[in-house]
Amino acid sequence: MSTVKPYHDIPGTTIFDFDMANKGYHLNQFAMSLMKAENRERFKAEERAYLDEWAMTEEQKQSVLARDYNWMMSLGGNVYFLAKIFSTDGLSFQAAAASMTGMTQEEYAQMMLEGGRTPVGNLYKKESQ
Amino acid sequence: MAKITAGVATSHVPAIGVAIDLGKTEQPYWKPVFAGYEYVKEWIKEQKPDVIFLVYNDHATAFDLSMIPTFAIGCAPEFKPADEGWGARPVPVVKGHPVLAAHITQSLIQDNFDLTIVNEMDVDHGLTVPLSLVFGQVEEWPCLIIPFAVNVVIYPPPSGQRCYDLGKALRKAIESFPEDLNVQVWGTGGMSHQLQGPRAGLINKEFDNEFLDRLIAEPAELAKEPHIRYVREAGSEGVELVMWLIMRGALEDDIEVKQRFYHVPASNTAVGHLVLENSSHSAGV
Ligand SMILES: [Fe+2]
Repeated sequence: MSTVKPYHDIPGTTIFDFDMANKGYHLNQFAMSLMKAENRERFKAEERAYLDEWAMTEEQKQSVLARDYNWMMSLGGNVYFLAKIFSTDGLSFQAAAASMTGMTQEEYAQMMLEGGRTPVGNLYKKESQ
Repeated sequence: MAKITAGVATSHVPAIGVAIDLGKTEQPYWKPVFAGYEYVKEWIKEQKPDVIFLVYNDHATAFDLSMIPTFAIGCAPEFKPADEGWGARPVPVVKGHPVLAAHITQSLIQDNFDLTIVNEMDVDHGLTVPLSLVFGQVEEWPCLIIPFAVNVVIYPPPSGQRCYDLGKALRKAIESFPEDLNVQVWGTGGMSHQLQGPRAGLINKEFDNEFLDRLIAEPAELAKEPHIRYVREAGSEGVELVMWLIMRGALEDDIEVKQRFYHVPASNTAVGHLVLENSSHSAGV
């Protein structure tokens, strides 16, 4: 029997399940390493060289260099791990979340003030298209 | 004997911790959030719990991908506030209750809940933000705290049913401890929020308020809701709400609602908060 994944029809959402966790293991562990100040310094000094110390795929490394969080998540990144990367960059959670939606930070912040993204039309892929 | 008297539920948004630590609670953005916690700050001074069993989740802080416990109980004498990448929060060290934690662990495992025992663990905003919301800025937390970490980062988290049942076994465990202790159980996380992907920013007021209604009035039915409903309707990170069911399971069926609060937004998240007393406690039994 294959694993049941009823969440694949949720629009704009990657559920971090065990398949994604396997795919993203080294990407996430790299991100986790940025919890230590000395590692942040080394990463900032030479990003590519630091990434090359990790058993990540070339595409995962490119997604980090591009700071494309949706790309990183499609390669198994989880937002709580990736948070260590945008914290290293000095970005807030709200700024990082905004970057994943294609909105500016101001537009995103305004949407939140107005009550957030509505569930109407956003619960099933078929209704959001 | 030890007695569970009350439960508290609250969101644990990291930005709330930052607002407290940087003295921004009076700012127009934050004021309505903190207004919802004025009641509990007074209430807790009267209640004076000896121990809080605090259910929360670690956010890739103490646990990375090398080991992922579904239910982990903190059995150490103390737990340090974690450095989550921008320095540790300026809050007191959390003091545990190793003897009660050992008793609960033994009782729960014998009741078929196979816990992971943790003796060294830093605690992140999931645990410290609720303490700050209720106790404010203090030199020392005024009671002992047993951290109970639930995996909600990797899907699937434990089911709502499993959490509710664990709460019931927890009540049995705590109330068979021979020392006279006033114990509270807190459930944290939620409410609706999604921090990732093009759907980031999702807030579902209808879902959240239905969840609050049912957690109070029909928790056994609410416990049957599958994960898919949470992630679809409350957002990928909204699934944290299953942790509130541990708190509710640990309380009596009959409860008094002392406070109910809901506000949008705090950063990316809907804030929910409940103060629930066991009816026997409210009646002074
Ligand atoms: Fe959380």
